[in-house]
Amino acid sequence: MDWSGAITNGIISALGPVAIAYAVSAIGLNLQFGFTGLLNFGHVAFMMVGAYGTAATVEAGGSLWLGIGVGILAAVVLGLLLGLPTLRLRADYLAITTIAAAETLRLLVRSPVTRSVTGGVFGIQGFAEEFHALNPFGASTGYAIGPLVVSGRRLFVMIVGWTVVLILALIVRRLVKSPWGRLLKAIREDEDATRSLGKNVFVAKLQALALGGALASVGGVLLAIEQQNVSPDSFLPQVTFIIYVVVILGGAGTIWGPMLGAVIFQFFFYFVDSVMRQAQANVSWVGAILDSAGAAQIRFVLVGLGLMALLVFRPQGMLGSRREALVDG
Amino acid sequence: MPGTVRIRAFALIALFSGLILQALPAVAQEQAIGGTLSQRAEEGEDPVPVEGVVITVTQDGNEVGSATTDAEGNWTVPVPAPGDYDVALDASTLPPGVTLSDPERSELTDINVRPGQTRRVIFQLGGGGAGGTSTWDRVASLVVVGLKLGAIIALSSVGLSLIFGVTGLVNFSHAELVTLGAFIAYVFHAGGPRWPLVVAALPAVLFGVTFGWGQEKVLWGPLRRRGMGVLTMMVVSIGLGFALRFLILAFFGGLPRAYPDFASQGAVAFLGFSVVPKHVVAIVAALVILGGVGLFLERTLAGTALRAVRDNPDLAESSGIAVDRVVALTWALGAGLAAIGGVFFGVTESVQWSMGFDLLLLMFAAVVLGGLGTAYGAMLGGFVVGISVEMSTLFFPNELKNAVGLVLLIIMLIWRPQGLLGVRERIG
Repeated sequence: MDWSGAITNGIISALGPVAIAYAVSAIGLNLQFGFTGLLNFGHVAFMMVGAYGTAATVEAGGSLWLGIGVGILAAVVLGLLLGLPTLRLRADYLAITTIAAAETLRLLVRSPVTRSVTGGVFGIQGFAEEFHALNPFGASTGYAIGPLVVSGRRLFVMIVGWTVVLILALIVRRLVKSPWGRLLKAIREDEDATRSLGKNVFVAKLQALALGGALASVGGVLLAIEQQNVSPDSFLPQVTFIIYVVVILGGAGTIWGPMLGAVIFQFFFYFVDSVMRQAQANVSWVGAILDSAGAAQIRFVLVGLGLMALLVFRPQGMLGSRREALVDG
Repeated sequence: MPGTVRIRAFALIALFSGLILQALPAVAQEQAIGGTLSQRAEEGEDPVPVEGVVITVTQDGNEVGSATTDAEGNWTVPVPAPGDYDVALDASTLPPGVTLSDPERSELTDINVRPGQTRRVIFQLGGGGAGGTSTWDRVASLVVVGLKLGAIIALSSVGLSLIFGVTGLVNFSHAELVTLGAFIAYVFHAGGPRWPLVVAALPAVLFGVTFGWGQEKVLWGPLRRRGMGVLTMMVVSIGLGFALRFLILAFFGGLPRAYPDFASQGAVAFLGFSVVPKHVVAIVAALVILGGVGLFLERTLAGTALRAVRDNPDLAESSGIAVDRVVALTWALGAGLAAIGGVFFGVTESVQWSMGFDLLLLMFAAVVLGGLGTAYGAMLGGFVVGISVEMSTLFFPNELKNAVGLVLLIIMLIWRPQGLLGVRERIG
């Protein structure tokens, strides 16, 4: 068993573009779920709107930078549209509505009706030339620190991406330490008490939903730019659940939790993947019960079990405090 | 898309190799799978095109697209990239009297598509004359298909609703109870013992009942006693559903399967309607079972206890009802019904790892529509959602039919969140 290969694989993924997208998205979800207590199960829709807003704008002849603006703005609009009718509902109803809305939106993007704008099942490719043209590292040059080798293209994305993560985390830190941030936490702890103090709970929840959605859209934009590809089937509901795992793993309601969660999640996800691949090929009893495609799914099984175990044994995650951890006390 | 220069194929390669996309060779590459569906009644006669048949293209179990044959029998499903695809013909959409020459070949696997190719796929049809279908025929057959889907949703979601009623938990892993039911029946029906499906459904239901009861005893009961809130438990159920779903995928693979005995049952003419016999059987059987559930809830002591716990657990407990036992009974009942729903879903569509999750959002729609927590609400909602979803294909593309169900859910939550049969209470 090649353990060091698995670890190298894990580290490269933990710092890679997907981890960055998860981290940004998780910062947004953390604002909604961790700080305000909103159970938004349609988080992936915000990522999708950001990614498609960018890609479709470029496809229609706009510049990439305009596209990013359009994507983020579209996410804010989606947050308002989704929040206005649903935020008065009880938490479990909100969860069902948001997951249904996200899936409806995905089916719509995927359907032949919107194909001229969204590309239907194909999605849109090759729209981020303007970003990659700025790369000072040389796209195909390899850079290495010890056994960790990345291409110049990836290095550029990583540097830009983690800078964005850091900036957004600092903005959120500033926000949640403000009176507005205290209002959000008060809503999470006791909505009725907050309302009785004369605070406009509805508006604050709406702001948190829209702002968190805008943050998530930045995650979608980053991923789309890196992959030069958007397609409806990369925005399945399971992405939302993975972002929940990331937030809860790092610590819901903390500043740095989402970042830490994303890095650790991606590390284990790819570490387990490498180990399972090798076990399937080399360990006879594993090979006997699983084919190689099946072995690749085991990491998802562990994601699910991990989410359960976290909530049962350590709901505060790695950085959180137990007192603040549970959405319903 | 004529006129647009696409760089799809190259972009996909670059995606995996991490290359940069500069100085691209601008080649427009489009792939598709298509064909012409026609039927030759007699040797030497002209082939008659067959209209209105649904053909679905999947890759690794994920739907890539579907098409309905037009008046000339033509169909095309564009595919995003070269590779291997599976193409399935939905035999239940064949007009009356038309059947597949070889019923085993309703699904053609590993159809290879080369870059830029439109791969032709041929389904051999036999049987009598095809004839055209009028709008009225189409409406009538959609009502039957809608009732069938409604019956499946109703069966599957009674448990979802009752479990919410007695515990307050919105159980996202309910989807996997449906999938497991379908797969266990598949194992006994198509695997070793080769039992008839009616017999193979028994171990599926037995497993469902045991699994539901066991979940409550091992997981949910202890969590509740630890004081875990229902919202946290809802997220736990997402984790459980996730784990089960991918466990099924890991061991059974992503390919959709069909119960061999029912793989390609075609439509028959009945009182002038075109109906598929297995759909009618599913509808009738579901109605009988749902009637049984109603009788159980109304006429038995256990059913009365269940309703009492749903209405007010504290009051029920203080009147001497063993609440924990009632909750375990609800889990067993609900999971068993979900397993039956899964078998029916597998019979009329296909047995697939993601089938339960695909149904879950429609189940939520049904349950919310009828009123969360009530059994009759789930039944009524199931039929309303099933029929709306299928009828919507008269006006919208096939790909959007599930979206119609979800829009129904959203409208209902905004307009009347307590549901059609629910009691008005504050849920804001």
